[in-house]
Amino acid sequence: MSLLTLSSVGMRYGAFTALDDISLDVAAGEFVCLVGASGSGKSTLLSLIAGLTTPTSGAIALAGTPVSGPGPDRGLVFQSGAVYPFRTVAQNVGFGLELLKLSKAERRERVDWYLAETGLTALRGKLPKELSGGQRQRVAIARALACEPDVLLLDEPFGALDVQTKEDMQVFIRRIWQDTGTTVLMVTHDVEEAVFLGGRVVVLASDPGRVAADLLVDLPADRELTVKRTPAFLALRARVEDRVRAFHHSSEGLFAAQS
Amino acid sequence: MSTVTAPARPALSKLPRRGPGRPVRLWAPRAPIPRRSRAALMICSVLVPLAAWVAVAASGVVPQEFLPSVPAVLSAGWEMAQSGQLWTDTLASVQRILIGFGLAIVVSVPLGLVMGGFQAGQALFEPIVGLLRYLPASAFIPLLTIWLGIGEPSKWMLLFIGTVFFNTLMTADAVRQVPRSLIDVSYTLGARRGEVLRKVVVPHALPGMIDAVRVNAAAAWNFVVVAELINSTEGLGYRIARSQRFLASDRIFAVLIVIAVLGLAIDILLRVLRDRIGRWV
Repeated sequence: MSLLTLSSVGMRYGAFTALDDISLDVAAGEFVCLVGASGSGKSTLLSLIAGLTTPTSGAIALAGTPVSGPGPDRGLVFQSGAVYPFRTVAQNVGFGLELLKLSKAERRERVDWYLAETGLTALRGKLPKELSGGQRQRVAIARALACEPDVLLLDEPFGALDVQTKEDMQVFIRRIWQDTGTTVLMVTHDVEEAVFLGGRVVVLASDPGRVAADLLVDLPADRELTVKRTPAFLALRARVEDRVRAFHHSSEGLFAAQS
Repeated sequence: MSTVTAPARPALSKLPRRGPGRPVRLWAPRAPIPRRSRAALMICSVLVPLAAWVAVAASGVVPQEFLPSVPAVLSAGWEMAQSGQLWTDTLASVQRILIGFGLAIVVSVPLGLVMGGFQAGQALFEPIVGLLRYLPASAFIPLLTIWLGIGEPSKWMLLFIGTVFFNTLMTADAVRQVPRSLIDVSYTLGARRGEVLRKVVVPHALPGMIDAVRVNAAAAWNFVVVAELINSTEGLGYRIARSQRFLASDRIFAVLIVIAVLGLAIDILLRVLRDRIGRWV
């Protein structure tokens, strides 16, 4: 039984087709990575699932209910993090809970747990401007998780981080996924990241964005960073990269035409 | 992958090289300067004009009625303070600002929020507000006198007209600075429209709004003096107009100093408030 269902979803802006006939099923508890070159509409797809935009054709359903707008059942994390700069770390994490009728004690208990889970307890009173990029992304993730979403939507969450921080965050998000049992749908252009994190990698082709491949990642559930050096990992990574490249040629045509 | 051949490089002579310019200490654009130089320049900024005033007045080149000496201004000020005149005048002017400019804030903040926060609000109000702000408030004085008489209400209205449009546009600008992603992410956390405005847009725009008030408070000071110059029986502007009739430029100078000090005090107060509320910036 799939949790998230996309049936022939399309998105058109005037004459431009951003997404064409996307069908996708995500089961509860899965970690699915969407990879694609720029222009494949992967961020648009996430914003459609989040309900921030409405598709021009097709339908999206979460647990059988059609998506009609944004809501805390689909937590979203942007590349920029979009943490509230005027709120402390703890206040950021508690934002969604403030909107619910919870007792102060219960809210605090929940916030405390998510702060501990994301390693932010010591930073709870800090303002976002005092945090590093990686810490800010952890705040954004904790804030989304605190609402106990059915699916966590990550839009290139580590795209702006340096390589070392990025790898720490990759290990971090896999641990969070295993601890909370949440479903994760993550968009990235980094193939290595997609293969390392995902249980499944979906490749999007560009112009218009459409599903080009849907590959199962056959790697052990407990992955350490060293798995990135194993032949199995490298082979899979190469396969995905080839798929992404194959659909990236369209933009090279322009360049070749000049010669 | 297709191969791309670039055109052959034309035969060109060697490009001339520019060396670095002469090193500069103080006047390099946007460059930091030593603390001591900064302090010295800041002191000069006040002391040089002051010294020029003292020197010119003492030399006797300019008659007392044109440029009173520093001691004359101080004693005129002291005299006005002693008689309580300065106090009642200041109180009258400050009260007019509190009412007139206060009213402008009460109207412009919600209006700016609607204009900056909603495209519909912008389409509805920006054309008219953008037009009205170009009408000089002083040009309304005769009309305001016809409408409201020569009493207090016409002075409040002048202050109101002079500040409300700019404060609205600057508030709207502060609201437009709120990143779209913050608003989007709030919806995904379950916030409704009103909650997004109250819990995200307003707190984010608040430091900018205070800055707008700070800038427009200076304009409010201007207009209160203008209003009182025209017709009034008390107030700092009135005191200036009255002193003119007796060629008492020492008193005018004293009042100007009071205006400057009060204006500066308001500015510093609002700046402190902005820095406290906008600690997160």
